[in-house]
Amino acid sequence: MTKQRKAVALISGGLDSLLAAKVMLEQGIHVEGINFYTGFCVEGHTHAIRKKDKAKPKRNNALWSAEQLGIKLHIIDVIDEYKAVLINPKHGYGANMNPCLDCKCFMVNKAREWAEENDFDFIITGEVVGQRPMSQRRDTMNVVSRESGAADILVRPLCAKNLPETLPEREGWITRDRMYDFNGRSRKPQMALASQFGFKDYAQPAGGCCFLTDESYSKKLVDLWDARNSREYEMDDIMLLKVGRHIRPKPHFKLIIGREDGENRFMDGYRKQFDHFTTVSCPGPLVLIDGEMQMEDRALAARLVARFSKDKNSDAVTVCLHLRDGTEEELTVAPLRNEEIPEAWHI
Amino acid sequence: MSQHTLDARRLLCPLPVIRTQNAAKKLKPGDTLSVTCTDPGAESDIPTWSRINGHKVIEIKHDDQASELIITIEIGEG
Ligand code: SF4
Repeated sequence: MTKQRKAVALISGGLDSLLAAKVMLEQGIHVEGINFYTGFCVEGHTHAIRKKDKAKPKRNNALWSAEQLGIKLHIIDVIDEYKAVLINPKHGYGANMNPCLDCKCFMVNKAREWAEENDFDFIITGEVVGQRPMSQRRDTMNVVSRESGAADILVRPLCAKNLPETLPEREGWITRDRMYDFNGRSRKPQMALASQFGFKDYAQPAGGCCFLTDESYSKKLVDLWDARNSREYEMDDIMLLKVGRHIRPKPHFKLIIGREDGENRFMDGYRKQFDHFTTVSCPGPLVLIDGEMQMEDRALAARLVARFSKDKNSDAVTVCLHLRDGTEEELTVAPLRNEEIPEAWHI
Repeated sequence: MSQHTLDARRLLCPLPVIRTQNAAKKLKPGDTLSVTCTDPGAESDIPTWSRINGHKVIEIKHDDQASELIITIEIGEG
């Protein structure tokens, strides 16, 4: 009896990885999925926070893909290891702070290690030649194979016909004839294949698979690094970059201002870790202070908080500053006028 | 058969799933695991994860006052 060959498929939750895994299942391969959680994945923190996100289906697309495929999915927390990738990517960043090429090498390498530990024979990704400017060009796809150490046990079923032969093909575990030659940015071939396999309602992420491709998110990350003079970050930092309006009136502190109830509730969990403001004389947002505000900054910060309260057009608003040591101070201030907030303060 | 609990409060998806998965690895078939979450996304993610990995959701309890969710699963053969 021939040995049942096993492959681990990188499952992002998008259509391409779903199709790639399906193509291998169709060739009789035992497939299990692997999904890496970097902390920046779009799957993650969007559900719980904003009301507008609540309208979207509450599902994790990687889990959904695995269920469609009828395969197991292993979700791996790589938050800490990923820091080295993001902080100092050998191949640089894409249009924003997305280190896609290094990220792909990192993930394929992790999948390779997982495959070795779990006695799997090869690795599958949904990459397509020419699909993404940075990580999916023909030359950079070679970089991924080489630098991940996966070499010829890395199979890209959606474009295998455009690439050199891999070990699973040479060994006859899979056949090239039943793989594809997709190429370029068009999504039509993938959509046609999806309908052939009967997949409906699959996720169509607009950018990449993570927040690092988002311009405004990237700006906030760079601002944080600059302000701290260090590229280190914690999970809480990257979560808080996702919520609220961020305003930095001075280099040494910024305000994170809740934009709605959902955000205020989420930020509430951070009260103990941050100096923060609430409003007293009228309803208003919860405002966290990131950094170290000086005594002389308090009035300015209070006026900014008042600006985002219900009585922003009145002459005076009372706010309360709660310090981490448990002390509180009430300040009655005139809300800053819109024109008094320079554009450059908005991150 | 033993009963276990896991505190996944304040974690946003997919962290509650990751923690559940890692805790489940240490348990035996028939054991139960009750996971307390605050991310409403867990209500769909943990059951999906359970289904694809051969575990069974036996109860989902809502504590609206605390905005918490307690999902109890029974570990399958894996
Ligand atoms: S979009 Fe994000 S997760 Fe996807 S490859 Fe680029 S850096 Fe990695």
